[in-house]
Amino acid sequence: MSTGTASTGVRRVGNAGIIDIKGDITAASEDVLMEAYNEASSDGARTIALNFSGLEYMNSGGIGLLVTLLVRANRQRHRLLAFGLTDHYREIFELTRLDEAIAIYPDEQEALAAAGAR
Amino acid sequence: MNGDEVKRETESSPEPAASRDAAYWAKQVSKLTVGEVPPEAISRNVEGKRVVGPIQGFGKMWQKTFKVRLHGADVSPQEVVSTWKEKFASFWPEKNFFYGPLTGIAPGEVALLNLAMPGRVKLSTGVLVVYADDESFAFMTPQGHMLAGWITFSAHEEEGVSVAQVQELIRAQDPVTELAFAFGAHKKQNEFWKDTLRSLARHFGVDDPEVETHGTCVDRRRQWRRAGNVWHSAAIRSGLYTMTAPMRAVRRRKAPA
Repeated sequence: MSTGTASTGVRRVGNAGIIDIKGDITAASEDVLMEAYNEASSDGARTIALNFSGLEYMNSGGIGLLVTLLVRANRQRHRLLAFGLTDHYREIFELTRLDEAIAIYPDEQEALAAAGAR
Repeated sequence: MNGDEVKRETESSPEPAASRDAAYWAKQVSKLTVGEVPPEAISRNVEGKRVVGPIQGFGKMWQKTFKVRLHGADVSPQEVVSTWKEKFASFWPEKNFFYGPLTGIAPGEVALLNLAMPGRVKLSTGVLVVYADDESFAFMTPQGHMLAGWITFSAHEEEGVSVAQVQELIRAQDPVTELAFAFGAHKKQNEFWKDTLRSLARHFGVDDPEVETHGTCVDRRRQWRRAGNVWHSAAIRSGLYTMTAPMRAVRRRKAPA
């Protein structure tokens, strides 16, 4: 999947669906991110992990999009995790207090261990 | 230090490349600090408060979008946002005051808001400019503000016409505000941004600006564990401050010179 702003890849590891995000996350990324979420959660995954290691740009619209994704995950009783954030994006998660609702892990291994997927 | 040493040092500790958006985001702040304020401004309920997003709010989560097409105005989205940042306070509905930094709206700046409330109460709260680039800027609210969340102001082009937009992603911050929302505060809040956009459009020469509104309830659940947010309520605190003004005046008069 790809738009002018973001592209995503979806993988399954154990009971976790992983969304690999590349490029820019803005409000215009809504369709691509929601489609990736649907795919990642389609076959019974209990945890959805967002891989931000390919993230290049994010504005306030992108943060808003992550909140709506979180609401959707909560509604469907999925656990939402994040890993691969640079220090800069980790600070943005802390500034916007998104880190209080989306657990952040340094890498995929730790995120999957926390999800009990490995 | 010779050239070889410099090279070795650079190779051993490479600096990560700065993100393209690094200059647009506010630096992480644990508590807000209010800078210099004009004498007429009421500076209460902001200093020392934390910012809150929609996750930390109490009520239903709403995404509301207000937009106005600047028909006939020869102005780019970047010019709209630049003017909006520069003259932000002047577009607000009358009797409501925005005391921003003299340097204009920039990431990390804290602005004071003095808002007209029923019963001649002047509600004092603020916002943090959390993000600002050439085409948008966003505010995050502090503890005690009626809303918990982000308000993004932006401009873009649709079919060759510049469009100015306000988008809120918010919850009522406490049960009292949520109750007020159920009894008409939503409508008042909507009118506030509609008036703001009409003023902005008129500034660019649009004669009879029409504001489109779209609202979606993103999350219908109320977060009861956040009910204690009411402790910080700027509306309640501002109301009490107004009610106790005569007592303070008497105490001042009795105090020895």
